[in-house]
Amino acid sequence: MTDPERPNPDVLLAALQKEEQRQTRGKLKVFFGMAPGVGKTYAMLEAARREIAAGRQVTIGYLQTHGRKETDALAEGLPSIPRLTVEYRGMTLSEMDLDAILARRPSLVLVDEFAHTNAPGMRHPKRYQDVLELLDAGIDVFTTLNVQHVESRAESVRQITGATIRETIPDTALDGAEFELVDLPPEELRARLAAGKVYIPDSAQAAQSNFFRPGNLSALREIALRFAAEHVGHDVLAYRQAQGIADPWKSGQRLLVGLSSSPTSASLLRWARRLASELQAPWLAVYVELPRPLSGPEQERLNRHVALARELGAQVIHTTDDDVTRAILRVAREQNATQIIVGKPTGWRAIEMIRGGSLLNRLIRESGNIDIHAVRAEGEAPMLRTPPPLQFTPAMAKSYGIALAVVAGVTGVNVLLQRWTGYQTLALVYLLSVVMLAMFVARGPTLLAATLTAFVWDFLFVPPVFTFRIESSTDLLFFLTYFVIALAMGQLAARLRAQQAAERRREQHATAMYLLTRELAQATDFADLLAISIREVGKAAQAEVALSMPDEFQGGSLTPYFASTWALSEKEQSVAAWAYRHRQPAGRSTDTLPSAEGVHLPLIAAERTVGILSVKPHGGAQLASGDRDLLEAFVRQIAIVIDRQRLRDAEQRAKMVEESERLSKTLLNSISHEIRTPIAAINTAASALSAARNSPAATPPWKMIDEIQEATRRLNILVGNLLNMTRLETGHVKPKLDWCDVADLVQVTVKDIEKDLARHPVSAEIEPGLPLVRMDFVLMQQVLTNLLFNAAVHTPPGTSVKLEAHANNNALELVVSDNGPGLPTEALPYIFDKFYRAPSAPAGGTGLGLAIVKGFVEAQGGNVKAENQPTGGAKFTILLPLFKPPPVNAEPAL
Amino acid sequence: MSETIGPKPNVLIVDDELQLRRLLRACLEGEGYNVEEAATGQEGITHAAQHPPDLIVLDLGLPDMDGVTVLRRLREWSHVPVVVLSVRDREEDKVAALDSGADDYVTKPFGAGELLARLRVAQRHTISTAENPVFRLGDLEVDLTARTVKRKGQDIKLTVTEYSLLRLFVQHAGKVLTHAQILKEVWGPTYVDQTHYLRVYIAHLREKLENDPGKPRLITTEPGVGYRLSAPA
Repeated sequence: MTDPERPNPDVLLAALQKEEQRQTRGKLKVFFGMAPGVGKTYAMLEAARREIAAGRQVTIGYLQTHGRKETDALAEGLPSIPRLTVEYRGMTLSEMDLDAILARRPSLVLVDEFAHTNAPGMRHPKRYQDVLELLDAGIDVFTTLNVQHVESRAESVRQITGATIRETIPDTALDGAEFELVDLPPEELRARLAAGKVYIPDSAQAAQSNFFRPGNLSALREIALRFAAEHVGHDVLAYRQAQGIADPWKSGQRLLVGLSSSPTSASLLRWARRLASELQAPWLAVYVELPRPLSGPEQERLNRHVALARELGAQVIHTTDDDVTRAILRVAREQNATQIIVGKPTGWRAIEMIRGGSLLNRLIRESGNIDIHAVRAEGEAPMLRTPPPLQFTPAMAKSYGIALAVVAGVTGVNVLLQRWTGYQTLALVYLLSVVMLAMFVARGPTLLAATLTAFVWDFLFVPPVFTFRIESSTDLLFFLTYFVIALAMGQLAARLRAQQAAERRREQHATAMYLLTRELAQATDFADLLAISIREVGKAAQAEVALSMPDEFQGGSLTPYFASTWALSEKEQSVAAWAYRHRQPAGRSTDTLPSAEGVHLPLIAAERTVGILSVKPHGGAQLASGDRDLLEAFVRQIAIVIDRQRLRDAEQRAKMVEESERLSKTLLNSISHEIRTPIAAINTAASALSAARNSPAATPPWKMIDEIQEATRRLNILVGNLLNMTRLETGHVKPKLDWCDVADLVQVTVKDIEKDLARHPVSAEIEPGLPLVRMDFVLMQQVLTNLLFNAAVHTPPGTSVKLEAHANNNALELVVSDNGPGLPTEALPYIFDKFYRAPSAPAGGTGLGLAIVKGFVEAQGGNVKAENQPTGGAKFTILLPLFKPPPVNAEPAL
Repeated sequence: MSETIGPKPNVLIVDDELQLRRLLRACLEGEGYNVEEAATGQEGITHAAQHPPDLIVLDLGLPDMDGVTVLRRLREWSHVPVVVLSVRDREEDKVAALDSGADDYVTKPFGAGELLARLRVAQRHTISTAENPVFRLGDLEVDLTARTVKRKGQDIKLTVTEYSLLRLFVQHAGKVLTHAQILKEVWGPTYVDQTHYLRVYIAHLREKLENDPGKPRLITTEPGVGYRLSAPA
């Protein structure tokens, strides 16, 4: 159990991070009012003047004074950024110049009308997004806002005043903002209104009288006051949590709201956000994808609602099911939701009864301990499920044609059949055809066929024929039953098909995800990884794909990977760059630059943006909500894998650097020691000789001369080793393989170093009749020399060294062994590593000799191993392949 | 130097290292040579043309041109004995120099005694090629006119090829012969790469001529380069 009095470290950390963010990020101050005309702009300018007096650099980014004199006077003399003029459909609109402000980088900028909607073609659709970008750039912003424009309050304001609010800002945009409430008693505001001091746009003239009614104003004021108070409350809460004051809410609540393409969904979301905010509870928005495919406008509305839910701070969950109630309850249980919010039913009760009870009734019955809120939700337009406008695609025309053809064909068959059977049997034939048809075409053509066949049957076959009249009650019953069954069959078959299609889609998604994961796992390097990502995303989303990553060689600017299938235009690249900088999706069907051709998604892994994935569906199609979800899952997966590969690469690089550092350090240590020692010897001996020149009486300096010779020999060997090692490392060792006499090799080697090994008797044992061996004589001489030296250096004087050569199967075995103390066991695995020196090694030596042995032997296709003999002493064995030498013809003696 | 008669032999040292030239001059002048110096290949060639020396000591690593090139240029018009100074780890350079007409090579770093001995051999070789039909080295006695080979006074039976090989060595006693030179002379130009013939026949010769074939004293191996028949004392 944790001590409730102690501040939770996570909370403290979050507070610290928030604090840090606050320091780098610009501060937002909102001059908040209940209605237009309360004097927000004026208050903002006054505050700006105070800041200037305090020595700050203040610039006007955008100011709307509506020509009021007092306000204009206050703004006079303040530096301001010229507005951008935009032509749009013959209108000249002036907008804030975001880039100019970013370029000027004032410490504080004034931006009027936070909720303003930008002209099409600007970077962001909304001004608040411009402001967020300014804040991100570290610029402080003063802005003005009326309560009616706050997303979560817009619905309340609409209900109170009856005015539809079009320009709203998400509540999240106000997170961390400082509020200054600009308050005015309603009577005073009305007085100002009467005096013409409040600007009302012409279009709103009609609504104004309603809006500014005293009752409305009081209510608006109340909402504004509460909202401002609530925001202060947030800060208090954060403070209390950080200070370890027990949570007074302790709600533990988790809200879940249903999300759909229905127009009522938006107000439901706002309601949920308000409740969540009041409860201080996290909330989820669940979208249940039904087997029925959505029409274009429905899909668009759904995308908008999903975006809205995210904007309002909900966690959006996407699930597929053919039963909304079941899906919602399933998700609610999975996510431990405590409350579910749904809209009050407004549809036809009868249809819902047929479908197994209304959503609400079933939810209430099956929800168990989860609370249900039924909210009266109102749509932007008061209608339920807009029927999709009939778009006649060639494919649809074809299926309707098939339906008509089937009806005609079966009618023909029935005309023939009616000679042998009763007309009632013919209805069954029609029914059969309708059912068959339903398996191949969509619901529309099926229903058409069902209706048509019913009437054709009635008209042609039911007596009296050639009339729609039905005389016998049996026939009537038969007709009605037929009609209902045909419709139901058609409906069921179509639903089944849609369900199958959804199932297939789900399966495709799962398969795509699996394939991606599998393919990515097989990537061998970074380039491979990127190429696979591009290919798999392209396949799954049916789209052109580009992957851009910061280029280390171009100052970190975002550069598309060459294997991308979508060649990003300059404009798209700038959208991608924006998405990268701001770590947010941008482009099509997002809030930023929605006019772009495709969507640009940041690849974020472990708090780092590793790149941007840009996707443009083939033929300019919209991304379906399911595809978007899949894409996001892909993006997450790719980001993780790229990041992991990056880390792996970095780790490897670090290891290599570390290794080379270690090597150069060892090299410097050993080389400086190895070079300086003989130089010191030469220097000392030479200076002694030099001194002897002046006193000829001194003893003959032979000893000194011997020392000089010994030192130069040692230096020469060292340089030889270094040269050999360098040649090995740089790949310059190209053995000249030639037929060689092993006996000759051994004898030359031993003879050459006899003097140096004077204190270590060397015995050579060469198997008689050894064939010639293909090897590089010079390299092998060096190998044997190094091994013999090694034995001499690491064994006490007097230790004998043995050199043996014999054939062993198809190999020449050269063995250098001694009866000294042997190799330290812990050294065995590293003994051939360059610069490795056994712990017990005597002073002197560079640790290169054995590395060269290994390098040279392996260059000739052989191998070498080191071991200790059971009888004591070290043993090095070289194996070289034995080939049959070409014949040399014998010839008679003279 | 008791052997040399007449005026002091002229030696031209072609080496870019001042210190080495200084050292060589001290050594050689002490042995009765008259020493000239050249620091570059071009200078060496010019000098050799204007004042033909009796002997040239040529360094392979020259600043302006490769020592082998200098050697080839010299050999276009001069048979002056040339002893090459080389660095140990470039056997192929030594072979190239020898095949291009160098009389011998000395590996850096070298002992003064070794260098002087090589110079003597190179110089004598030019003096004594024609006369001296009987060659004596230790227990070995080769009569090139009678085509007989004796060891400790005993006749030694050699095959035709063995004898040709030995004759080649005797003719160039004290001098290193490269694999290619030997193969070309004894077996013919098409055998230049058939080193295995050489290995086998050298082993045969040693078997027949050496007192201890395991520790040859007469025919010694020059690793990566060729063989040398020791010079008579």
